[in-house]
Amino acid sequence: MIDQTFVELSRWQFAVTALYHFLFVPLTLGLSWLLVIMETTYVMTGKEIYRDMTRFWGKLFGINFALGVTTGLTMEFEFGTNWSYYAHYVGDVFGAPLAIEGLMAFFLESTFIGLFFLGWDKLGKRQHLAVTFFTALGSNLSALWILVANGWMQNPVGAVFSPETMRMEMMSFTEVFLNPVAQVKFVHTVAAGYVTASMFVLGISSWYLLKGRDLAFARRSFAVAAGFGLASCLAVIVLGDESGYELGDVQKVKLAAIEAEWKTEPAPASFTLFGFPSQETQETHAALKVPYLLGLIATRSTDTEVKGLADLQRDHEVRIRSGQIAYGALQKIRAGDSSPDTRATFDAHAADIGYGLLLKQFTEDPTTASEAQIQAAAASTIPTVWPLFWGFRLMVAFGFTMLFIFAAAFVLNASRRLEQHRWLLWMAVAAIPLPWLSCELGWFVAEFGRQPWAIGEVLPTFLATSSLTSGDLIFSLAGFATFYTVLLIIEVFLMVKYARLGPSALHTGRYHFEAHPAE
Amino acid sequence: MLDYETLKLVWWVLVGTLLIGFAITDGMDMGVGSLLPFVARNDTERRIAINTVGPHWDGNQVWFITAGGAIFAAWPAVYAAAFSGFYMAMLLVLFALFFRPVGFDYRSKIDHPRWRSAWDWGLFIGGAVPALIFGVAFGNLLQGVPFRLDELLRVHYQGSLLTALLPLLNPFALLTGLLSLTMLTVHGGLWLQLRASGEVAERSRRLVRLLAPLVTLTFGLAGLWLWSAIDGYRIVAEPSHAALPNPLAKTVVRAAGAWFDIYHSQPLALLAPAVGLLAPLLTALLASARRPGLGFVTSALAMAGIIATAGLAMFPFIMPSSLDPNSSLTVWDAASSHKTLTVMFWAVVIFLPIVLAYTVWCYTRMWGRVTAEEINRNSHSAY
Repeated sequence: MIDQTFVELSRWQFAVTALYHFLFVPLTLGLSWLLVIMETTYVMTGKEIYRDMTRFWGKLFGINFALGVTTGLTMEFEFGTNWSYYAHYVGDVFGAPLAIEGLMAFFLESTFIGLFFLGWDKLGKRQHLAVTFFTALGSNLSALWILVANGWMQNPVGAVFSPETMRMEMMSFTEVFLNPVAQVKFVHTVAAGYVTASMFVLGISSWYLLKGRDLAFARRSFAVAAGFGLASCLAVIVLGDESGYELGDVQKVKLAAIEAEWKTEPAPASFTLFGFPSQETQETHAALKVPYLLGLIATRSTDTEVKGLADLQRDHEVRIRSGQIAYGALQKIRAGDSSPDTRATFDAHAADIGYGLLLKQFTEDPTTASEAQIQAAAASTIPTVWPLFWGFRLMVAFGFTMLFIFAAAFVLNASRRLEQHRWLLWMAVAAIPLPWLSCELGWFVAEFGRQPWAIGEVLPTFLATSSLTSGDLIFSLAGFATFYTVLLIIEVFLMVKYARLGPSALHTGRYHFEAHPAE
Repeated sequence: MLDYETLKLVWWVLVGTLLIGFAITDGMDMGVGSLLPFVARNDTERRIAINTVGPHWDGNQVWFITAGGAIFAAWPAVYAAAFSGFYMAMLLVLFALFFRPVGFDYRSKIDHPRWRSAWDWGLFIGGAVPALIFGVAFGNLLQGVPFRLDELLRVHYQGSLLTALLPLLNPFALLTGLLSLTMLTVHGGLWLQLRASGEVAERSRRLVRLLAPLVTLTFGLAGLWLWSAIDGYRIVAEPSHAALPNPLAKTVVRAAGAWFDIYHSQPLALLAPAVGLLAPLLTALLASARRPGLGFVTSALAMAGIIATAGLAMFPFIMPSSLDPNSSLTVWDAASSHKTLTVMFWAVVIFLPIVLAYTVWCYTRMWGRVTAEEINRNSHSAY
């Protein structure tokens, strides 16, 4: 039988290690391009200050990058250590983008990053710029392949289940790569990374402006971040809306849960702006609704319905019953029955084998599941609504707050009225944590909303684990949490220390603390 | 397009190549980490040693990560069984490796002896512990791993893995662990002799002269032990090699001497152990004669020979099962689908040469001995 505590611990460990990893990834994705912009300006204009900007922001980039690499290591191996059945069941499809990520992207990023830090004296100007460019390209290509892998977990296209090998097998690599969910997620995620880096540079530069230090340096950094940030923030919001459309198409449960749409509304559905969803009564209290909006986001039309959770659960119940038949046929095939009839039965219900597996949390043999177990399995296909409802709304609210800051920063900077508007500078400093919160919430919504599936409608999460024990997991989870937390504290300490020091950290003799060592 | 059986074989060669590539590149900087407490006596000397690998260790480490990814894609069953079956060992390797990215980048960012010394120990652990564990893992593979597959191909083990770490550290596995640690350390020593300067290079030379013969010794001992006291595994009945992979369809027996079958049937395979035994001795001579460049090449050859010896001995097994020999995973029945192996084959054919090309470019650009003057001149930007 399934040990629920052990499954919960496995999920917690993955959540902790993945959310920690994603504290460092977005800044790398975006800051690498900001460094390319700064260094390109240096190479084109020859102005020393842009070289200093590249080197200083590069130092902060390095402090963050080190933990990105550290926490990323775990991710590469965790599918094997903790999700062993997952690795067997979908490795044929899921392993490929991960391996290609290593070959095509991670090698590129990691081989050049050392030269970015240590090659300033050994490389020509253009050579060094090329090194910076390849680092940025590598880290962004990494994101592409990781999101191809993740997109496939959400929407497993281009693959079929094979009863002979008892796993999913790849049918079309092109379909896996061009998975619309993956492509939409990729652009949304990297753009979120660009926003993170822009907010980081904007906030820290604002701090220097407020303190009246290194003004020329701070103004230029601010300008780069404001422009890049505004463009990226608009992109995140537009592409996030595109994600909503994709969800409406392939992940109806997640969309309905995010919207707390308990029952199917007549088209076009209204969008619940605010409210208190209750899982027990299947209602959203004090709901504030915007007519038509959800229908427009999810279906791009005014006459298509967006299905509610209750109807989706009923659909799933049908598929679970079909999955029982598929599972029965699968058992016969595995036992050596090669008759065409059995095969035909299996093929007719093969698409629902994952739904049949959902019963395995209640009974060893899904074919003999009781009515109550089928009902319970159907109920398990609906995730807990309120964390998704609120997680999504907070993410969006933070996104629009940042859009406002970037827009104001861009306008005031372009009209050279920046330093008269200290409120904006303070706001930019205070907003530094927002992109991180949004990014983490975004991942949470994407992954929690996928439950109860490890691979959407194919492999339930509780089946995907390794055959470890709760004791093993308590030990490793505590180990990861402790190790990561200590490293995070050290990272933040160094980051704050160097950010406060500013460009004086470069020891060029040109900046604030070198002229005022006493301060 | 290659047929399925050939591709399965090609992937055995490719994974082997990635592991050897990992030993040659990342093994080098792990060796430098393992040597750090022994070749450097003050902060400048330690920074000399660290900066010989500073620009490259991160790219090198990707060989390890890509080998992991390639195993996931090409042998999902192995990825599933090995990484969870060696759970505690994997955690130990991961935790040790955590010290490296932060160790390299953070160490010299604060000028305080205790801070720097802590990270130096971190870099030592990050080099020595994985080097040791990789060898221990190979030693356990050769003895068979206690796992079995059920009818849904789910992997099961005996008992809790929390307590499974101790049996992993049995005497034979410790010997192969020592072998792997020594060979990576020697490799790192040659790199230091080649790229460090002054006393650091000289101490490395003396250590390599001392340690390289130990590689031959431990390798030879491990071979004798394997031959005299450890049963191998042999397939006695199996479906076609081109069949759809099903690890439960074959019959396997344990048999004394089975790990030496290939050396009887394919005498050419003996080249691998021969290189593994002789190249370390040659390496010692070359280091002694102050020819670290050539010595680095022979040391790389030695590692290739040693890794190939283990791979060939087990062929076609990748992960033999001591609990239920029929559950063992082999080149033929742990592989991905024909489609995935093909896609991944082309990915490697296209990208590996590109990776090698820019890696060589990076090493060439950063070439030259790291000196004390250089460290002192760049004390705020060097590692």
